[in-house]
Amino acid sequence: MKASAFAYARPTSVANALELLATHGDKAKVLSGGQSLMPAMNLRLISPEFIVDIGELAELRGIVVKGDVLTIGALTRHADVLKSPEVAAHAPLLRDATAHVAHPAIRNRGTLGGSLAHADPASELPACMMALEATIIVCGPRGERRIPAQEFFTGIYETGLSPQELLVAVELPVARKRSSHFFHEFARRHGDYAIVGLAAQSIVVDGYFTDLRLGFFAVGDRPLLANAAGELVNVPVTPERLTKAAAVLSDELDPQEDQQATPAMRRHLAKVLLSRCVSTLLSRPDLRSGAPE
Amino acid sequence: MTDAPETRDALSALDRPNSYIGKTMPRPNLDRLMQGRGLYVSDIELPRMGHVVFLRSPHAHAKITGINALAARQLPGVIAVVTGQELATVITPWVGVLSHLKGLKSAPQSAIAIDRACWQGEAVAAIVATSRAAAEDAAEQVSVGYDELDAVTDMRTALDPTTSVIHASLGDNLAFERHHDAGAVEDAFAASDEVVDVEFIFGRHTGVTLEPRSVVADWNAAEARLTIYQGTQAPHMVQNIAALHLGLQEAQVRVVCKDVGGSFGIKVHIYADEMATYALSKLLRRPIKFVADRVESFNTDIHARDHRCRGRIGVKRNGTIMAFEIDDLTGIGPYSMYPRTSAIEANQVVNLVGGPYVTRNYRARARVVFQNKNVMCQYRAVGHPIACSVTEGLVDLAAMKIGMDPVEIRRRNLIADDAYPCASPSGLRFEQLSHHAALAKLIRMMDYDVLRAEQAALRARNIHRGIGIASFIEVTNPSAAFYGVGGAKISSQDGVTVRLDAQGAVICQTSITEQGQGSESLTAQIVGSVLGVSMDRVRVILGDTDNTPYGGGTWASRGAGIGGEAALQATKVLRRNILDVAAAILQMTPGELDIVNNNVVNAGDGTSRIELGELARIVYFRPDTLPPGIQPELMATRHFVPRAYPFAFTNGVQASWLEVDTETGFVKLLKHWVVEDCGTIINPQLVDEQIRGGVVQGLGAALFEKCVYDERGQLTNASMADYLVPMSGEMPDIDIGHVVSPTLESELGAKGAGEAGTAGAAAAVTNAVNDALRPFGTIVTEIPLTPQIILTALGRI
Amino acid sequence: MTPVAISLDVNGERVEAHVLPRLNLADFLREHLKLTGTHVGCEHGICGACTVRVNGEIVRSCLILAIQTQDASVETIEGLSDSGEIADLQRAFRDRNALQCGFCTPGMLMAAQDLLKQSSEPDREQIREHLSGNYCRCTGYQAIVDAIETTAWSRAGRTP
Repeated sequence: MKASAFAYARPTSVANALELLATHGDKAKVLSGGQSLMPAMNLRLISPEFIVDIGELAELRGIVVKGDVLTIGALTRHADVLKSPEVAAHAPLLRDATAHVAHPAIRNRGTLGGSLAHADPASELPACMMALEATIIVCGPRGERRIPAQEFFTGIYETGLSPQELLVAVELPVARKRSSHFFHEFARRHGDYAIVGLAAQSIVVDGYFTDLRLGFFAVGDRPLLANAAGELVNVPVTPERLTKAAAVLSDELDPQEDQQATPAMRRHLAKVLLSRCVSTLLSRPDLRSGAPE
Repeated sequence: MTDAPETRDALSALDRPNSYIGKTMPRPNLDRLMQGRGLYVSDIELPRMGHVVFLRSPHAHAKITGINALAARQLPGVIAVVTGQELATVITPWVGVLSHLKGLKSAPQSAIAIDRACWQGEAVAAIVATSRAAAEDAAEQVSVGYDELDAVTDMRTALDPTTSVIHASLGDNLAFERHHDAGAVEDAFAASDEVVDVEFIFGRHTGVTLEPRSVVADWNAAEARLTIYQGTQAPHMVQNIAALHLGLQEAQVRVVCKDVGGSFGIKVHIYADEMATYALSKLLRRPIKFVADRVESFNTDIHARDHRCRGRIGVKRNGTIMAFEIDDLTGIGPYSMYPRTSAIEANQVVNLVGGPYVTRNYRARARVVFQNKNVMCQYRAVGHPIACSVTEGLVDLAAMKIGMDPVEIRRRNLIADDAYPCASPSGLRFEQLSHHAALAKLIRMMDYDVLRAEQAALRARNIHRGIGIASFIEVTNPSAAFYGVGGAKISSQDGVTVRLDAQGAVICQTSITEQGQGSESLTAQIVGSVLGVSMDRVRVILGDTDNTPYGGGTWASRGAGIGGEAALQATKVLRRNILDVAAAILQMTPGELDIVNNNVVNAGDGTSRIELGELARIVYFRPDTLPPGIQPELMATRHFVPRAYPFAFTNGVQASWLEVDTETGFVKLLKHWVVEDCGTIINPQLVDEQIRGGVVQGLGAALFEKCVYDERGQLTNASMADYLVPMSGEMPDIDIGHVVSPTLESELGAKGAGEAGTAGAAAAVTNAVNDALRPFGTIVTEIPLTPQIILTALGRI
Repeated sequence: MTPVAISLDVNGERVEAHVLPRLNLADFLREHLKLTGTHVGCEHGICGACTVRVNGEIVRSCLILAIQTQDASVETIEGLSDSGEIADLQRAFRDRNALQCGFCTPGMLMAAQDLLKQSSEPDREQIREHLSGNYCRCTGYQAIVDAIETTAWSRAGRTP
């Protein structure tokens, strides 16, 4: 399997990249780390006529903290996120999630922006962005747009990004005091895409959730910020409460069928994850026994 | 030809001083492979070489109404676009049947489909270009007209009168059927206290060799000779078949097999696209290279297993197993593979079920049906995992039913170690097996009672671990009974030539092949030990029909047992010849001399008399100084084939220790044990690593691997992202122990070990999962044991 | 499409070449430079056989275009072998028979050396995790894990 022929350009600035995208429109594909794009091209699942390789745009690389905001450039590689003390301090959920992205050799090339723009519903990072209240920053012919993560992911491999736009960075509010997080995914093998996963961010005060954001992935055509969290905030969490939350979760899920799992299995596993997440974040082993049905 | 027993050795050829037999020696070829200096077929480039890409049918079953390649032929770099009809002018079709599999039928298969494609992935045209990429570009421009036909996909309905018949000339979709009835099965079931009756389901697997199938075919029109560079396990078989179908003499075909990137039975068959590549080289009069890409590999490398087998066992309350009965069904794709046929796996299942046990009462039916999916054929441990999973699954379920420990029921029913020779209920003859010794050793290694206590303690904490045991028998060292008697020109004998070179080193040519098992190493170890030279002086040449004796190659765990014995016997002759010359030079008798550490020495006190290099110098350059009448023969050839037993059966037992997350259905493998008896062990490390690798292939089958077809016959997971192979993160450490019962059929005493790991691993895992699920009152009998299957069994979804 | 000039270091040697944009690094190494030690097992980034180092970090060479390696330093199994950098690791693989067919081995050695550079004493689980993207069908992985563990110990000056 060899990729179809294509023309190639390596822009030297964001402006330059945007010009190329404006000229070539949807015939062009942006090449970032290439870890999703290249397999698809090698398999000839897609055959873009024009590749815009943004790999040289150093301005899109890097992690900075300014005030309450952690900004991560789109070209920041998974390996860089994993090594970053800023991410470890201010968005440890993202660090934990990134450790589950594929394998070391892939993480050395794959980028945060590439993963988000690719928007695989089974991917870890889009769900993290939702849990972390990220803002996705894109640049296009009409300037910059700031899109809340919750609005960015619109379907399987679909985002609010237009073919003329480039994802340039994400902004995350730095983790608040007393915040805690939970990340887990059920994958058949280490590094595989998840059957179901959960990236959660919370604030726990005196055994209560004062805030809880549950970012589920591989449960539908896009990551889901579960409303079920609302059932668990500012109330004592009892097994009955958790069961209620699980029922709410079940209603808001729209899982897909694939070779790994039926929708019923995904619903079930999502509920198991919910129970494990709540039990872990509240340090309440009593909530873990048995999956709430 | 048999040599008179060697009388001048006080010790046997294997026990001589400095023997390498039984020792771990590093393989001589490893540095080449580790430094990236190997030569795999995919690395080979020849002048004027063209690359072929096959355009493959997107339909499971379709009539080909037309092929338009005009546009493709105009593209830059395109050398030719060839259809099945055009290729048929240089290569004839074949039918994959063997006469000893009575009633087996199949239809003629062409190198490239003509008129009709019978599975998704069958080649319908060949595009040859100056590069693979150019050929792929051109393939996109070839338009093929198809009329879709009904696809037969479900093996369960393949024989229904309402199902369409794939090959009208065959009358129905039944390829092969076998019945076996031994003892008094009905009476035995009637006399049983409990009967267990369940269906076992096995996923369709494939080998996933890391190097895809690759071939470079080079027809030299001036020499009228075809050289085939191919990673094959059986070079002489390829030579015979290529010659037969290209209208050549075998002398016109040379098969060269350099490094092979994994095989496991995948590369022991004759594939249509490889035949097409040979034919294209002849047609186009230039070297042609075919390297399957990964998607093609999934769609065209043979698949295996895919059985549904109903099994029954009758048992007395005291644990006595009264009878086994099976009804096995398998779907093999649209053709029986050539030349080994696709009936062997089902046949093997019938042969092996119940094999470790005493009971004589055994009834079996096996049916092999055609379907419009990729072809199935022999892959590592042919039939063994199915037979073992059915037998051992039934034994465990029977034990569960009568409340007996799984080890105890085996102790009471495994054939006693002193009962040999004897035969299995299916009539297989066993020379010497060691089930009880192996089980006893396994129990010690795994500390069975401690593990049971740990299991009980954890169960109280809602942690569900299981222990699974699986005894097995393994077919190795096949004689002509496997293929030859059925008319296939697949040699069951192997040959080895050894010669002393002019500096006293040894060159050894063997007909077995190397795919990583360690054929080179074990051959050098035998030659070095028997001759009395250090291993670094032995160079082994294999994988070249022009430069090795005639023989079968390496498959069915035959390399060490058959090729190794040929090496031993050839080296004994060389040794005698050397001692004859040395005696003449030293004016002594051969009986007074020995060869140790590359020197001819006094047998009595070990004093060095003449270095082999000096002896060779005299023989090759100063024969004038030898006494009159001496004609040294520093080269010897011997062949070997087992004759007394059709197969050298081995045995062993495996155990799995695992944890089931009963909320998620995920299985975590914690530990695995194997005790195995392959007779004489030439190199313990090679044996252990064969077993470990085999176990992990079996674990893949148990938990992950399955070719998923939809109802229209489309393979829906033909990529490495979707067909899950075992990776390092999920695999356990595997402890291995041995019992040694050498075969008396050869002086070496070695049996095979290549199938053992794969044979029993899935059975051990399935039994362990069922053991873990015992408190939930549910069982699973379908592999792969996906979370979906386990959660369903638990009633959670 | 016309070939584009690229210039890079491969195993310490300067290489100038003209490549089509679609040519991936694995094919460039194998077909243009005849460095056939880098193997191609799947061409979609799963098997790990094509793992090489680019600017000191391991990557899948089937998922990078040759054209993207302009000015980069690429190291293959041939380079690591000739420099002696992994001689001890290769010795451990040989002693432990941590390869059978050898097709995965160059990529496996690349991944192993990458781990050993980052972590002086990885435990078996970490080793298995770091290799989790490198497929081996022959060994069952245990011998590979053993060989890497032994090398880690000996580099740390410890005996098992």
